Amino acid sequence: MSNFFKETDIDTSQAEAIVTETLKNCDDGELYLENHKSESIVLDDNKIKSSTYNSDQGYGFRAVTGEVVAYSHSNDISKESLRKSSDNLKDTLKSKKGTYNHEIPKTNSKYYENINPIESKTFDSKIDLLKSVNNYLRSKGSIVNQVTANFLGEHKSIEIIRSDNQILKDDRPLVRFNVSVVLEKDGKKETGVYGVGGRQSYDDYLKDGSWKDVCDEAFRIANVNLESKPAPAGEMKVVLGPGWPAILIHEAIGHGLEGDFNRKKTSAFHSLMGQQVASEGVTIVDDGTLHQRRGSLTIDDEGTPTENTVLIENGILKNYMQDRLNARLMGTKSTGSGRRESYKHVVLPRMRNTMMLSGKYSQDEMISSVDKGIFAVSFGGGQVDITSGKFVFNCTEAYEINNGKIGSPIKGATLIGDGPSILKEVSLVGNDMKLDPGIGTCGKAGQGVPVGVAQPSILINKMTVGGTKL
Amino acid sequence: MIRDQEFLKDIASYCIENSKKLGATDVGVKVIHSVSENVSFRNKKLDESNRADSFAVNLTTYIEKKKSSINSSDLSKSNLEKLIERCIDATKITPSDENNSLPDKDLMSKEIRDLNLYDETHYPNDKKIEFLKKVEETASTDEKIVNTEAGFTENKNNFILANSNGFLGGYKTSNFSSSCVAVSRINGAMERDYEFGSTRFLEDMMEPEEIGKIAADKAIKKLGPKKIKSERIGVIFDKRISKGILSTIASAISASAIARGTSFLKDQINSEVFPNSINIIDDPKIEKGLGSQNFDSEGVETNSLKLVENGILKNYLIDTYYGKKLNLKSNGRSGGTTNLYFENGTLSFKDLLNSEKKFLYITETIGHGGNIITGDYSVGASGFMVEDGELTYPVSEITIAGNFKEMFKNITLANDLEMKYSTNAPTLLINQMTVAGK
Repeated sequence: MSNFFKETDIDTSQAEAIVTETLKNCDDGELYLENHKSESIVLDDNKIKSSTYNSDQGYGFRAVTGEVVAYSHSNDISKESLRKSSDNLKDTLKSKKGTYNHEIPKTNSKYYENINPIESKTFDSKIDLLKSVNNYLRSKGSIVNQVTANFLGEHKSIEIIRSDNQILKDDRPLVRFNVSVVLEKDGKKETGVYGVGGRQSYDDYLKDGSWKDVCDEAFRIANVNLESKPAPAGEMKVVLGPGWPAILIHEAIGHGLEGDFNRKKTSAFHSLMGQQVASEGVTIVDDGTLHQRRGSLTIDDEGTPTENTVLIENGILKNYMQDRLNARLMGTKSTGSGRRESYKHVVLPRMRNTMMLSGKYSQDEMISSVDKGIFAVSFGGGQVDITSGKFVFNCTEAYEINNGKIGSPIKGATLIGDGPSILKEVSLVGNDMKLDPGIGTCGKAGQGVPVGVAQPSILINKMTVGGTKL
Repeated sequence: MIRDQEFLKDIASYCIENSKKLGATDVGVKVIHSVSENVSFRNKKLDESNRADSFAVNLTTYIEKKKSSINSSDLSKSNLEKLIERCIDATKITPSDENNSLPDKDLMSKEIRDLNLYDETHYPNDKKIEFLKKVEETASTDEKIVNTEAGFTENKNNFILANSNGFLGGYKTSNFSSSCVAVSRINGAMERDYEFGSTRFLEDMMEPEEIGKIAADKAIKKLGPKKIKSERIGVIFDKRISKGILSTIASAISASAIARGTSFLKDQINSEVFPNSINIIDDPKIEKGLGSQNFDSEGVETNSLKLVENGILKNYLIDTYYGKKLNLKSNGRSGGTTNLYFENGTLSFKDLLNSEKKFLYITETIGHGGNIITGDYSVGASGFMVEDGELTYPVSEITIAGNFKEMFKNITLANDLEMKYSTNAPTLLINQMTVAGK
């Protein structure tokens, strides 16, 4: 039984009948229902700047035949609205000769609890904590120029009604706690940002004063940047620290291994399956099954259970990430990577938690092997052109390396590289794999979804650093 | 069909009345209905069709100087009743802030002018399909083009903005947009480029053949790029990306960045930020303009503003809240800029390209490498080398870097401004920047 039709003029079996009738002779499709509650509470400039509660509910009705997707969505869950969507889909797909694929694997695994983080911490205590963050950071001295802190929490319930009256359900909590601080010294201003989060309640991340660690980290980064010198410009060796710098993997490799771009042959990787695309020590997976991680899912947005997909094993390209449509057209199985931002969006193959696994070298060995280069510890964000393979990411904390030793911090700079060749330039893989703190959102085709990344320290032989100093 | 004003007004009034009953001293509300139809093609075949029908209510309640907000897509009165209660409960326990308030009554928009923002023409999906066939037919003429994608979106929108001081206004808007992405290939290496048109009225849309041809030509020209040596060089920004410089300026002069002290342009009002040939204008009252509006997102009247005049920064972008912080009146820029543009320069595009022996001409940037606090700028880029006024070969996998403060002082504009988007700039030269390559 569905939970979405209680206060409507339609019941589950009537909705199922519309789904079955609409998807007749289609290859795939479903009615996706979603209830999404979220909150945002922001402290800024010594004040509670805003407190917002969002409540959104709606459906997305999808019919797939061959390569064609017809989609109709609305926030009006009613008989008339569903009928109208159904007519719209049937009208788009006039001639269809498909056979509905009923196969959908089952799972009993759950990777997070069904809790509502918004309700599991009182509004008062959230406001109090934000004020404590502000006081704590401002007590660090008059160099603290600005403090921003915010809570972002959500609870999403989804149901997928398929043509065979199968109903698949998932309830997903998600939180994020972020702190940003601006320091000013001798007329120079710099920012430090840090955050934590995942699919648990706020207090799992903030209890026992651990919110202070988040503040301290933001403060430390800003402080380092106050001392930063102009970054160098040109090709050089780059050591990446563990954890969040794995957005390099996400941008350089991850997007290019999503099924849609490879089926359409627009990815620089589309003809490289089974080939050496990385140095031998490099293994990369996309794992949706990590407990309570930001990118984890029990089932994806088509109802397929998620899995740990091996993308690159010892340098060899093994798998793409697939949703049902691209898997069918490429003659393979969904990897549980079909995701959508909300009921307003079509499903696309997306990343979950993308990770490079540990090798055997220490970070010290890497740094001491570099004559001239940079050591990048933290990044802002990145972007990729999947067709040419060129990708960038922005350093937010980095240092120069001279004669095997870490030198001065350098200003934020963009690093640019070529996706298909960058992993062949990885000469050492560290033994210190770390997950990111749970703050990533990936954008694709205008849709944002929560993701995670992980990697050990790595040494890249050659990358272009976009500083100002020649 | 798009819902009428009466329907939206009814919801807005319901929200205001109920909030007041529960103890709100002030209320602001926006109710929106939008219908959107999109068709996309790939390699001359239908790929996706998408219909969206969405409602939204954004409600902010005040109790004296305390404030809280809710957003919802469910307009049923039973749902709204619950959410209003929740909003009031949150308002009661949110700390007060002396700058929280509705806008001053005398600043509110008094009359709604018809700016020609709504075209009621419905372009049925089979027409969109015919249009897209022509786009892709033209885009795929050359055998170097191996993949094409094209899309057509039609949007109809209606809204009501109201507050408890008696303001109530809204109007319909429409938007038609069409795009083409072409992928070219030579010797196994691929490049991608695009063209995009967006208009209020269907009759103003570019010809499909033009969209397809531009996307394909650009994708083919990019084939076989070289990575150049790192150097200091003059960088020309193609019109498609020069408008990005205006967006940076807009964020740096927003009252929020100024009041919070997080802008590299803080304390620069009435100072020379650009060469004296530069004028920047934000005009909300352009007929059929993509950024046009009668009033801002708080209902405050908006009029044309000279943000930069003869190189001197003249105005910030001010809303009610940050205006109070800065002791300035709102100038109707809650929600940001409207139709923002650089006034034309004096040089023709050709003369600009010929003004030095060698330039780097950038057609695309990637990454978010602009820092509004420090003014530092570093992004990935691709484009062409210009030698003796001619585009000689494509360039990629490089970065361009500098600091906005210095970059702004070294801007020269061409005279080829077109009003194609809501933010528009002519071709723009920045005299010296650091390019990192090999």
